[in-house]
Amino acid sequence: MTLTNNPPAAKPTLTQRGRSALGDRVFSWWTLGTGLLVLAILGLILITTVREAWPAFDAMGLRFITERVWDPNPATGDAIFGALSFAYGTAVSSLIALLFAVPVSVGIALFLTELAPRRLRGPAVTVIDLLAAVPSVVFGLWGILVVAPALVPIYQWMHDLLGGIPLLGRLFGPVASGRNFMTAGLILAIMVTPIITSITREVFSTVPRADKDAALALGATRWEMIRGAVFPHSFGGVVGAVMLGLGRAMGETIAVALVIGGATNITANLFAPGNSMAAVIVQQFGESTGTFTAALIGLGVVLFAMTVLVNLLAQVVVRRAEARMKGSVA
Amino acid sequence: MTLTAPPAARPAAGGPDLTRAALSGRRRFTNHLATAAIWVAVLLAVIPLALVTYTVIAKGGGVMSLSFLNEDIPNSYRRDGGGMGPAIVGTLLITGMAALMAIPLGVFGAVYLNEYGKQRPLARVIRLMADVMTGVPSIVMGLFIYISWVLLVGEQTGFAGALALACLMLPVVIRSSEEMLRLVPDELRQASMALGARKWKTTLTVVLPAAISGITSGSLLAVARAAGETAPIIIVTGIVFSPNWNLFDGSNTALPAQIFRNASQPFPAAQDRAWGAALTLIVIVLGFTIIARFISSRFAIKER
Repeated sequence: MTLTNNPPAAKPTLTQRGRSALGDRVFSWWTLGTGLLVLAILGLILITTVREAWPAFDAMGLRFITERVWDPNPATGDAIFGALSFAYGTAVSSLIALLFAVPVSVGIALFLTELAPRRLRGPAVTVIDLLAAVPSVVFGLWGILVVAPALVPIYQWMHDLLGGIPLLGRLFGPVASGRNFMTAGLILAIMVTPIITSITREVFSTVPRADKDAALALGATRWEMIRGAVFPHSFGGVVGAVMLGLGRAMGETIAVALVIGGATNITANLFAPGNSMAAVIVQQFGESTGTFTAALIGLGVVLFAMTVLVNLLAQVVVRRAEARMKGSVA
Repeated sequence: MTLTAPPAARPAAGGPDLTRAALSGRRRFTNHLATAAIWVAVLLAVIPLALVTYTVIAKGGGVMSLSFLNEDIPNSYRRDGGGMGPAIVGTLLITGMAALMAIPLGVFGAVYLNEYGKQRPLARVIRLMADVMTGVPSIVMGLFIYISWVLLVGEQTGFAGALALACLMLPVVIRSSEEMLRLVPDELRQASMALGARKWKTTLTVVLPAAISGITSGSLLAVARAAGETAPIIIVTGIVFSPNWNLFDGSNTALPAQIFRNASQPFPAAQDRAWGAALTLIVIVLGFTIIARFISSRFAIKER
């Protein structure tokens, strides 16, 4: 238009060199810095905790992991810090939690994606969200004051019923109180259900409509469709979800500290009190000094390493599964 | 091969029976069984939620009163009465401080991931590690802050608790904000750039405002979760029995820590206080959650 007829004396510099290029550079460095903060924190956690736990690692060596005795204040001799009993407690309570939480979570996810009438879907999602919103300490409070006492007769009954069976019966030994591995596992199950459910549900919802319709068109019942079209397609994602649940269960501290019973104990009896790594730290940290503190921080290091490993693996599995599913939709 | 096979045994009239009646009993039974199992699973999730809510409201409601929310914590678990005033003050101050630190940092981290890093290797590593960091147990975060702050300063403070909670919130804020930034249409960015705005200006004045409701709701959910964290508070903030409004000087306490300490006591007075504190905490947490849901359902961009 007019611009082409009389070119302006000074050309407008569309690239605006100089004036706010600095702003751009500062801003991009600043956002990069905040992004790197995540890596920095993770790195610092590892370095500081290992350094602070070193006296305990140094005193115990490999026995820190293989020793089952935990005796911070022995009558004679040196203190002994063995994490094995607590690692066992963490493993057992987490596995019990998964045993209950996985079928329930998969069931709820199937309900939400395949079964629920439209008007029930919203409320069901709300239930899961609320379950995730309840602070873990409230579950612990409910566990120690309500659930544990209420379960004692049921445990007793199971002991009477199943305790006599050879081998299997050892899982259902004598009941001392309601605070034991089993109760801890049950409370943990409630707490990991929302996370497993939400990821499983996302995975299920990526199953192509065509696959499901094809199964139904071939005359499959709904269950046969789920088994033939939904499960094979989402296996990887569900495995990832379960591992994320495992990571959460291993690291859960407060609820477990309240209901697991607080005993240094390795036993097959699910009705016996025990302890988990996270729970020991929070129970004993206040009264610890010197090497004792270092040993508790050492438990934290082991816990950190284990949860990071499990989570890393889970994320990789979930990402792989997601990538594959995105590919197959097209 | 089956494609070309002639239709061998076609039923004489009306075609095959495609109704449900043709299902074998076993298949029909399995299908019903599976459906029933799925319904049972849903019930199994509803029952604990209902029971927890009922117990907390029933037992907590019994001790709830204005003086419970106001008064100091008795310095003996055995004693009747008293309240949770200091813990409520502590929870609000510590969580608020944590939010002040974690939300801006987290949002800028998300800006890096979505506006600058995108699919570069470094951005992918940060994304992966942020997800991993979400899974770091809160007790480990407590130990980390104890070593790197409490030992340095020489005393347990409310600020140390805020630091620990901020570390726990950071990855959650980053990932939820990034999701929200991803929903901002590229046309907005292009329009702003076409008008000659720099990238930082575009991001601050166009992209972030467009995503602000989603970011707010995601951050509030992170705050709600942090408010319920117990383990780091117990390790790094110590304990007080009267309100401490100064986060940087002296110990502090918070509702979750009080619930934990009182729950393991055999005294009915302590247990009552634990239930009351639990009810207060749930109301605070649910408050944040409901506001977050309201914002996201009302104002946020739903899909790209």
